[in-house]
Amino acid sequence: MTYAEFLNEHGARLIDGSIITVQQTILAALLAIAIALVMGLMRLSSNYVVRSSATVYIEIFRGTSLLVQLYWIFFVLPLFGITLEKFTAGFIAVGMNLGAYGAEVVRGAIQSVPKGQYEAALALNMSPFSRMRRIIFPQALILMLPPWGNLFIELLKATALVSLISVTDLMFQAKQINGTTYLSIEAFGSALVIYYIMSRLVITPGMRWLERALSRHMSRA
Amino acid sequence: MFDWKWDFTIEILPRLILATFNTLMAAGVGYGIALIVGLIFALAQRTPIRIINWSVREAVEFIRSTPLVLQIFFVFYVGPQFDLRLSPWTAGMIAIGLHYASYLSEVYRAGLESVPQGQWEACRALNLSTRRTYFRIIIPQALPPALPGMGNYLVGIFKDTPMLSVIGVAELMHTANALGSESYRFLEPYTMVGIIFLAISLPTAFGLRTFETWVSKTLGMSKSKK
Amino acid sequence: MNEYPTRLNDDAPMVRFSKVSKRYGELTVLDELDLDVSANEMVSIIGPSGSGKTTVLRLLMTLEDVSDGVIYVEGEPLTHMERDGQLVPANQAYLRRQRSKIGMCFQHFNLFPHMTALENCMEGPIQVLRLSKQEARERSLDLLDMVGLSDKRDQHPIRLSGGQQQRVAIARALAMRPKVMLLDEVTSALDPEVIGEVLNVIRKLNAEHNLTVLMVTHQMGFAKEISDRVCFVYNGKIAEAGPPSQIFDAPQNPRTKQFLSAVLQAN
Repeated sequence: MTYAEFLNEHGARLIDGSIITVQQTILAALLAIAIALVMGLMRLSSNYVVRSSATVYIEIFRGTSLLVQLYWIFFVLPLFGITLEKFTAGFIAVGMNLGAYGAEVVRGAIQSVPKGQYEAALALNMSPFSRMRRIIFPQALILMLPPWGNLFIELLKATALVSLISVTDLMFQAKQINGTTYLSIEAFGSALVIYYIMSRLVITPGMRWLERALSRHMSRA
Repeated sequence: MFDWKWDFTIEILPRLILATFNTLMAAGVGYGIALIVGLIFALAQRTPIRIINWSVREAVEFIRSTPLVLQIFFVFYVGPQFDLRLSPWTAGMIAIGLHYASYLSEVYRAGLESVPQGQWEACRALNLSTRRTYFRIIIPQALPPALPGMGNYLVGIFKDTPMLSVIGVAELMHTANALGSESYRFLEPYTMVGIIFLAISLPTAFGLRTFETWVSKTLGMSKSKK
Repeated sequence: MNEYPTRLNDDAPMVRFSKVSKRYGELTVLDELDLDVSANEMVSIIGPSGSGKTTVLRLLMTLEDVSDGVIYVEGEPLTHMERDGQLVPANQAYLRRQRSKIGMCFQHFNLFPHMTALENCMEGPIQVLRLSKQEARERSLDLLDMVGLSDKRDQHPIRLSGGQQQRVAIARALAMRPKVMLLDEVTSALDPEVIGEVLNVIRKLNAEHNLTVLMVTHQMGFAKEISDRVCFVYNGKIAEAGPPSQIFDAPQNPRTKQFLSAVLQAN
């Protein structure tokens, strides 16, 4: 069987899987960003309870495996009366996990904005909220984009695990094709290449573009 | 709390602890492979031979951009297609070792590149041999900036070992799955696995941070007094 | 390589640059430069930035390869060796033997940050010269004493001022007992108030250590006071050379005049 015949026969499944992978990635990324912002800011709070609850969240999600978290959310949460559909459980687990890593990125970036910026905003008598929103955060945003680029690639890779709770993503389809045809190189190899294209030819250039656009915007403003 | 059964927890604990040793072994062996192969990757990217340089860099990029779990399947299933049967352990160690070797090669590279050019020149001016230059001067300086990355990936590889369960390596996750399907109880096995991971990774991360400060202090490269 | 002798006569100078060129792609930094430096001579190289003066030192230290021409040290080719009566690129063993004649101090000191001042000085003598720890230690302590830093011997570079770091770097280079010492803008990275302490050490070095010194500097006053000869480098060649009195008080070449008046105005 040539590779062209293989694609002809199984290409549609790989495409279906890729679409699910893209959906999982986007939804998980949105969730991760939201969690990262909230937890990252909470980590900088002067209130001990707020600060330490963020720390606990971050340490739990960074200290255990994503696979453990995924299984826990999918198999154990129902015992507490929270039953999630597998698709939902998938991106929630990935998003919550990467959100914990993102929180540290957010915190780090905010802390690397020079202290003089904060003081200047204070001297202008800006409120704490507008200090953060108008002065500190925009500068932090530029600093945090490159690490976010890496996180999104990690996130895309992490979505492959949702196949283990039978979400029919790219990884799942590759496994199915392998199971029926035993053409492992073709099945898994094609999936590897598709993931590679998504990371290096979509996410990486996309983030570069965003960085450039943002710094242009900032220097004009 | 929520139907948590302590007697069941205690009953499964010995098997989980046994599996923990397998997890630690998988992480240790995988990390050992990654440390060595990663160094080879990093040094290969410093050779003046273009083709080696380029192909290793591309391979590292590829491995870093694709999911580990897919790589584990790939290594495990591609062998038989060529009549080469790898045991789950062998396939798993190759996959996870190569994956983290790619990450570590970047850490090594950044570490080596952080040593200023002037240090190489000073070694040349003192007529130190290449070996001495690397071992006495360059590596001691490249190490402190590389340590945090190396430590993160040690914890990282440990947390990624559950993926080996997909090809049947009998580590923690695999055991928890087995326990769950035997008893139809998932709460205790999965929760215990989570707790075991926390109990190992948090102290390890803390220990690594202490070690990093100790190293850079011992080498006299931080401003604080000894 | 046939045009170059494989070895110079016994009355050869300590250092000879024979039609040495250095090119980076299209850019020619040194253009068939000729330069002789006698034993115990103190030569300053001055010139506008980008004129190639630092390259002269870097070639002599073998930090970079010559594109053309041959450098001789003590009559022997530096980066070439003789084979069948011809000059061929030298092997590592030959290079290392030749390199042992030369020491260098850098603009940015390049001290080893993970070693104390004393350990920085002892590293070369122990590892390269194979001195015993005791000998290396005594030699290094003497030199640290000479540069006035005995009390700082157990400090790491990060805890020393720029001037102190540069003095350690000089001691470190001297500990290898080179015959030729290269000083590459050793005061350029220093604060004005500590330049004096480094210059004092260089004065001593010239007076007490019988060294051949080749120095690139921006300190015109110092070059004038201490040099036996000053070379003005322009466009990859030595445009004018002579005793300081001639170069500074009666320069012949219009480029030299132009450069000196620009420097004087800046000061």
